[in-house]
Amino acid sequence: MTWRAFLPIGVFLVLAVALFVGLGRNASIVPSALVGKPVPTFALPALDDQTRGFTSADLKGNGLSLVNVFASWCAPCRAEHPQLMALGQRDDVTLYAINYKDDPAKARAFLDKLGDPFAAIGADPTGRVSIDWGVYGVPETYIVNARGEIIYKHVGPIMPQDLEAKIVPLLDGAGS
Amino acid sequence: MIAEIGHYALVLALALALLLATLPMIGAARNDTLLMAAARPLAVGLAAFVLLAFGCLTTLYVVSDFSVVNVASNSHSAKPLLYKISGVWGNHEGSLVLWVFILALFGASVALLGGNLPARFRARVLSVQAMIALGFLLFTLLTSNPFLRLDPVPANGAGLNPLLQDPGLAFHPPFLYLGYVGFSVAFSFAVAALIEGRVDPAWARWVRPWTLAAWIALTFGIALGSWWAYYELGWGGWWFWDPVENASFMPWLAGTALLHSAIVVEKRDTLKSWTILLAILTFSLSLLGTFIVRSGVITSVHAFASDPARGVFILAFLVLVVGGSLALYAVRAPMLRPGGLFQPVSREGALVVNNVLLAVATGTVLLGTLYPLIEDVVSGQKGSVGPPYYALTFVPLMIPLIVAMGIGPLLKWKRDELGAVLRRVWLAFVLALGVAVVVAYLQDGGPVMALVGVALGVWLIIASLVKWAEQVRLTDGLAGLGRRIRRLRGGVWGMVLAHLGLGVAVLGMTASTAWEEAVLQVMAPGETVSVGGYDFTFEGVTPLPGPNYTAVTGRFLVSRAGRPFAVLDPETRYYAEPPMTTTEAAIRPTLWGDLYAVVGEEARTGGWAVRIYFKPLQHWIWWGAAIMGFGGLLSLFDRRWRVGVAARARARESETIGVPAT
Amino acid sequence: MAVSPARLRKRRRLLLTVGGVVVLGIAAALVLNAFRDSVVFFYSPSEVQARLDDPSLKLADRRFRLGGLVAEDSVVTLDDGVTTEFTVTDGAGEIRVRFTGMLPALFREGQGVVAEGRLEGANLFIAEDVLAKHDENYMPPEVAEALKKSGHWEGPEAAQ
Repeated sequence: MTWRAFLPIGVFLVLAVALFVGLGRNASIVPSALVGKPVPTFALPALDDQTRGFTSADLKGNGLSLVNVFASWCAPCRAEHPQLMALGQRDDVTLYAINYKDDPAKARAFLDKLGDPFAAIGADPTGRVSIDWGVYGVPETYIVNARGEIIYKHVGPIMPQDLEAKIVPLLDGAGS
Repeated sequence: MIAEIGHYALVLALALALLLATLPMIGAARNDTLLMAAARPLAVGLAAFVLLAFGCLTTLYVVSDFSVVNVASNSHSAKPLLYKISGVWGNHEGSLVLWVFILALFGASVALLGGNLPARFRARVLSVQAMIALGFLLFTLLTSNPFLRLDPVPANGAGLNPLLQDPGLAFHPPFLYLGYVGFSVAFSFAVAALIEGRVDPAWARWVRPWTLAAWIALTFGIALGSWWAYYELGWGGWWFWDPVENASFMPWLAGTALLHSAIVVEKRDTLKSWTILLAILTFSLSLLGTFIVRSGVITSVHAFASDPARGVFILAFLVLVVGGSLALYAVRAPMLRPGGLFQPVSREGALVVNNVLLAVATGTVLLGTLYPLIEDVVSGQKGSVGPPYYALTFVPLMIPLIVAMGIGPLLKWKRDELGAVLRRVWLAFVLALGVAVVVAYLQDGGPVMALVGVALGVWLIIASLVKWAEQVRLTDGLAGLGRRIRRLRGGVWGMVLAHLGLGVAVLGMTASTAWEEAVLQVMAPGETVSVGGYDFTFEGVTPLPGPNYTAVTGRFLVSRAGRPFAVLDPETRYYAEPPMTTTEAAIRPTLWGDLYAVVGEEARTGGWAVRIYFKPLQHWIWWGAAIMGFGGLLSLFDRRWRVGVAARARARESETIGVPAT
Repeated sequence: MAVSPARLRKRRRLLLTVGGVVVLGIAAALVLNAFRDSVVFFYSPSEVQARLDDPSLKLADRRFRLGGLVAEDSVVTLDDGVTTEFTVTDGAGEIRVRFTGMLPALFREGQGVVAEGRLEGANLFIAEDVLAKHDENYMPPEVAEALKKSGHWEGPEAAQ
């Protein structure tokens, strides 16, 4: 009656497969209710006098755009910033930022230190516009096509591997 | 420089782990004493280098070196020293270093204290232990290096999260890890025994203290975590059945079963195959817990949004360790000879009941924890199960378990008669019933399950005392009683206290859940409200500036029967960065229940929204857990384990006729 | 009572098997029963509105979790001082929620929230429990866990 000794490993292997499927799924979910929809209409004032304001008009008819929601008090934002700087080098995408519930002076200090890849930075001190975007937290990043429709939402920091695995292929694909 | 030393120490530890995982194992197979003898110094060296790495990381936190990413994102120069240190393990990378450190510490302890183990067996145990360390060191270095530098260096750190600055939370993870990781020793012993193809009472005698030590740490760790939630949370909950709690609770349940079945192996040389399986499963559940918390498969989608490689790595490691050990079990377990015989009504029989119920209960918790995942895979829906699920599955399984816990210790080994034993616990039975009836009368009935809970708690406490009274022969009179009590073995004390502690905790859980009194209303200053027989007069609210927050403090004067009894000052704090509000409940524990007050928002109509609770027997939960843990400690210092006579006997025997196995 | 060891062994095995099967059976029944009664599904406001009439879900008469963001300027305290109404939105749909009790410390306008309760009519959700979802800053699991407890926060499903 040795088959019983194989029972535990059988049960475990089933569990391991389930965990693996779960892992794969979770990595790919987090869709937004807004993906595939036009961006909300908004007009944000400029963060300070070193940049200009950011409105929904910026996102229509100007090629691919990337909208990053960040705050200086958010540690993961700091971690993803080099990746945004790298994306800023690309000619086929314009970077915009929504500065979320932040002190403009601290946000500027953050950008002075880490670099400013953004064509425009809108200040959203109350988070009201961010709600329309469906922002749950910072950082979040949206990619918007030339028609002003959200084609991708990234939750959490963009790490180097996200850049390679998701963002860059998406930009390359959408641009061609 | 310190960061580089730490990093280097981790790499060296990895190299040592690699040597330790292979050389002694080969030596054991080839009967090469030199290779086997390498195990002990290697295990100590491994622990030393991981300690060095851990020390480096702690130093980086203490001196606030923000050029290190990990420190910059999780610490802040304005933090008190205590929380700078606890910040080391308050994040993913640092907690892994702590994990490996404790693992290596256990390995070194086995190397240093395991003088009575046969050399071959010890070499295999230490090798298996090092394989686990190898996996975790690789994981740390490849996906979660805590010593990475940051450029440019930020002026200050980002980790000033006020909620994490709490002593309960600061020491919760180390205790949990001591427990989780401590079960790795039982695992290594089990795998080594499977490789050797033999399990005997001496094996159980070696495993029991290590399992017990891990169990004690986990008991304290879980209790500390629930106590923290109760204090910090602001609405008086103490257990949520959330995946992270379950991750620590499942190894505890399985570990409890293991403690009991190892007794049967030691005393009666039977249930061997099952005990080995339990040892493997207990540590597997610890690893699964780590996987659940780390991978974010269940807790949070964001945990691995940053790096799915981590989840895949841990899963692969899990498959290797658990799958490998279970495969070994499948091949080797049938070789274990069945041992001593026993009748259904016997101490062994009761321990089997204990094991079956605990194992099935662990299974129900596992199913509930994985349910969201199963539902997602099967139907794509987002579902979850909460406390009602556990109330319907876990709780009913605990009822027969507690009944059996009162009787089991009184049964004789091999064979006994149920009728005779039941007559010895008549007092517990009558008192349990009596107290339940009195409570039902006082509370005008009350939920049936609550009355059952009260009866079970009283039953278990009294039945445990009956066991104690029999052991010290209380009925023989007072002459010499003191001496008999002093001479009672630590193991018996431990068993009596652990069971009694659970009874105390059951009473606390039942009463605080079933008979909590709560008032939620708007109170104007000067108003009085009566809760649980106490009169709470609201004095009003005063603003209170804090170091990095602003707060309002409410004040309640509490009186009982017209006499002043206590002053409660609950607080609500508003932090600016990151923006956050926290509630500091004011709690006054008493023997018969806790007074618990929270002040909330100012109402539009004037006055403040307040919540006041009376939670009967609330603290009995943690007192019970403390008694259980203390009982475990007494048992751990039982002199018989230090003598180890049987162990030495087997050591000699094993050296001479040891079975070579690959 | 002289029983041969072989018979004893057989009897013990039988006993273990029967006992194990009985306990497992009871446990399986308990688990299945509990899953039927206590599983709570998660929906966002737009999902609720889109699938309200879906007969397979029976949203109108089952307990579920509603998750989204608390709409700005939507929080109103009723006259009793302890009942609150607010709007939960996911950008594509919104539902009004009513809750009697003290909101969790992390509950704020513009923040994520998960309410557990039942629908009353098509557009009012009576919450029995409100969990604030503190997720402004994506963080490691320990921190999220700590915040979750302190704020009575619920994470995974709500990220939809």
